[in-house]
Amino acid sequence: MADSEGFVHPYVPNAAPGPRRKLLDAIGVADVAALYAAIPADLRLAGRLDLPAPLPAEHDLRRHLEELLARNRSAKDLLIFRGAGCYLHHVPALCDEITGRGEFLTAYAGGTYSDHGKNQAVFEFQSLIGELVGMDVVTPPTYDGGAAANSAARMACRITGRPGILVPALMNPARLSQMRGFVKPTTTPVTVRQDPASGLIDLADLDARLGSGIGAVFIEQPSFLGVIETQVEAIADRVHRAGALLVVGVDPLALGVLAAPADWGADIVTGDIQPLGIHMQAGGGAAGFIATRDEERFVAELPTTLISAAPAEGGGLGFAWSTPERTSYDTRHEATDYYGTTQWLWGIGAAVYLSLMGPKGLAELAEGIMQRTAYAAGALAGIKGVRVPHRDQALFREFVLDLGPSGRTVAQVDRALLECGIVGGYDLSRALPALGQAMLVCVTEVHGKDDIDRLAGVLAAVLS
Amino acid sequence: MTDAVNGFHAARWNEPLIHELSEPGARGLVPPATDPAIAAAAPDVRARLSKVLRRAAPPALPEVTQHRIVRHFTRLAQMTMGFDVTTDMMGTCTMKYSPKMHDHVARQPALADVHPLQDPSTLQGVLEILYRFNRMMCAIAGMDEFSFQPASGAQGIYTNACLIRAWHQSRGELTKRDEIITTAFSHPADAATPHVAGFKVITLMPGPMGYPELGALEAALSERTAGLMLTNPEDTGQYNPNIRAFVDKVHVAGGLCAYDQANGNPLLGIARAGDAGFDLCQFNLHKTFSAPHGSIGLGCAAVGVKQPLRHFLPRPVVTFDGTRYGLDDDRPDAIERIRAFLGNVPTVVKAYAWVMSLGAEGLRAVAETAVLNNNYMLANIRRIPGVAIPWPDNTLPKLDQVRYSWAPLFEATGVTTMEIEQRLVDYGVQHYMPSHVPVLVPQPFTIEPGESLTIEEMDHMIAALRRIAEEARENPDVVRSGPHNGSVARIDDGIPNDPETWAFTWRALEKKRAAWAQERNAKASRHAGY
Repeated sequence: MADSEGFVHPYVPNAAPGPRRKLLDAIGVADVAALYAAIPADLRLAGRLDLPAPLPAEHDLRRHLEELLARNRSAKDLLIFRGAGCYLHHVPALCDEITGRGEFLTAYAGGTYSDHGKNQAVFEFQSLIGELVGMDVVTPPTYDGGAAANSAARMACRITGRPGILVPALMNPARLSQMRGFVKPTTTPVTVRQDPASGLIDLADLDARLGSGIGAVFIEQPSFLGVIETQVEAIADRVHRAGALLVVGVDPLALGVLAAPADWGADIVTGDIQPLGIHMQAGGGAAGFIATRDEERFVAELPTTLISAAPAEGGGLGFAWSTPERTSYDTRHEATDYYGTTQWLWGIGAAVYLSLMGPKGLAELAEGIMQRTAYAAGALAGIKGVRVPHRDQALFREFVLDLGPSGRTVAQVDRALLECGIVGGYDLSRALPALGQAMLVCVTEVHGKDDIDRLAGVLAAVLS
Repeated sequence: MTDAVNGFHAARWNEPLIHELSEPGARGLVPPATDPAIAAAAPDVRARLSKVLRRAAPPALPEVTQHRIVRHFTRLAQMTMGFDVTTDMMGTCTMKYSPKMHDHVARQPALADVHPLQDPSTLQGVLEILYRFNRMMCAIAGMDEFSFQPASGAQGIYTNACLIRAWHQSRGELTKRDEIITTAFSHPADAATPHVAGFKVITLMPGPMGYPELGALEAALSERTAGLMLTNPEDTGQYNPNIRAFVDKVHVAGGLCAYDQANGNPLLGIARAGDAGFDLCQFNLHKTFSAPHGSIGLGCAAVGVKQPLRHFLPRPVVTFDGTRYGLDDDRPDAIERIRAFLGNVPTVVKAYAWVMSLGAEGLRAVAETAVLNNNYMLANIRRIPGVAIPWPDNTLPKLDQVRYSWAPLFEATGVTTMEIEQRLVDYGVQHYMPSHVPVLVPQPFTIEPGESLTIEEMDHMIAALRRIAEEARENPDVVRSGPHNGSVARIDDGIPNDPETWAFTWRALEKKRAAWAQERNAKASRHAGY
């Protein structure tokens, strides 16, 4: 931003002529070009970058950004029944308040003494997730739930010394893609059949696929299709008898109702924390966690930073990064996994959320979501031309709505719903073609009876 | 005010853990009630769960009233040295000001409350920003297409490794070409992530000028070479002037070259990855492009490629037909997904806003000022008795940061760089970054001032370092036992690293207090000479 003085900008104070001169003099060079002497002339850019003209005035830039974003339609404009890994829940004001605090927002890699508060908040995140999953060891946030599952699967393979990974055939296809890529150097995940009628794991098929080469069995709880897997004891028993480890991808909110996975046989628990007080942000709210037992052979394989409490002089607690030699920062070319900056701010937001909910709030919320899901499944099942195949199962937040009998495609129905201001369920016909023309409908605590009845009414009208 | 001894004391609230604040029956928030008609239609949803699956008692979360939770986390915030509060010059971290307006806009419902799988017709604003920023990044880096899917620098570098893998696989050469070359002073992720992606990794060691010599590269190249992945300048602030020759030799050997721009701040508008011949690159949007560091994330990487690699970028890619923005999911050659959905979209929006606030001239001013500030720090720090500058034969100016050494001070006083790092907190600044592994510089510390700070703020840091070096000679114990005025007293460093005593959760902590007491008693016994 040139003015009569030269280039002066609010974000670059020493670009202004006065300080610039002062710094050059202190360094003892005539101009900045001298400081770029290490870069050969033929690698230096001739002329300027080809970029749009800037908007240096905050007002002008804000207007520009808000004009662009006004072309989105948000949950304030639309009635959203879409989930598939990113969920519309109420975000308490305090979550926004704390994640917006400048100290947390702009902190980075400070340690025990400089970022005591950040480290305590993330230790509390680890602690609160630990209560949900029933594990003594929980990591700070990972990149997302998929990355957490990936790391856990490879951990389990290293611990067992077996390369093979089993996954549900109808798992979240985007997460399966993430996993296929991540485990590619060692294996290809093998799918285990889920019974189309119940949505549950086919135990006979699980038995057939387990064997001495399988190190990790990954299941989702609830499944991608919203069905709560009720055969957990039988699954855990089979996995352990075959010498493999059970890795569970869990929805942390569902644990308000469901028993802790550690209590039904999970060895490593992973999940995505976006439902815990983090806005959807066009998918930017994703962040994961990994939890496991307090055993050295498990902890040694965790790829992430871990924050441990420690006694401080004179009483009280401090917090420190534990055993950094496990991480790719130290192992470098021998790394078996990698870690770096992830999404810790959302871990702090999730800690605020779980503190607010408390035991009763989380139980009420999870039960309320199950009730709404059951109600919505019933309401939609009554519409002519659709089926809700898993209506008799325990459902959490999502369920399959099969449009097959209506002869309509999901795309057609989706378009018609959108004309009425409704974002219908996620189109499964492309991601999981075996399910035919089906959508995955998502209901949370933000949906009242009126909202669900409206969806049912509009859908009935569209299909009639 | 340049006196470093300014009577600073951090907030020290002795704030209990949130679990310790629990009072039975207290509530922090009430969730929406279930409509009676819904409850009647779905009376006992828990009955469908098997006994083992039904939670017998609610999870042991704390029960705390709302305002106490506000105070709790506000106090924790106050005991955190974010960039909004004080100077942070941690090397390799590119700490800079994150403009407030960008965050305010990103928190509005039009972005915050948007679902990534909505119909593209309802996402036109987000998609336009992603599309426009993609073109801007291509101009900045000299590349042909970007992906913003990776959620951090390390994941961005990992993505580069996956793209190199896909390239060689598509040519049927992956089994033969299985080696990636990096350098000892590149970010550890440049060595780690290709190994995770299945490559063997060769690390070039620095020569007498602080960066690897061409001969070292030539010795590492072979028909097995898949690619080169490095930072330049490296984490020492040294720019390798032979970089073009490095790239050319790797190309002749049949490999691809990936430029990790983690240290790209001093190069904005100065030199472009594409012009140096690189095939791929990655930038940290949460660092170089001002989006906030978020207490270790809100991370997001921008991964750029040249035309021949475009079709390998992960799905979906934002498209524009002249009227509408869309998402191209139909990409048969694409590598598998790296992260969920479209990546960390709000971070991309903030990065876009930052570039739009500065323009071409502004980006160049950012780079030049970061280099100017760094050389100002260097000119002053090198005059502090006890500091050495590694590779004295290399008289070329450093770019974004400098890896210094306290070796002379250590030899004179026995005070280590880790002790000085901790003492810095007493001067009201964030501590510095010593070094990544491998630690080749003795008693290292790495300082990167960035472009945001004023001369007064830089002088404060210089004065603090100078004063601590004096303390090391006059009264080393005050350094060793620091910090004294931080938010927490000194902890027992052994506890977090011993499986018997580490405690990663409240539930583990309750079990380990006995082991802590044992450890304390054992220590006391050792001190007593038993």
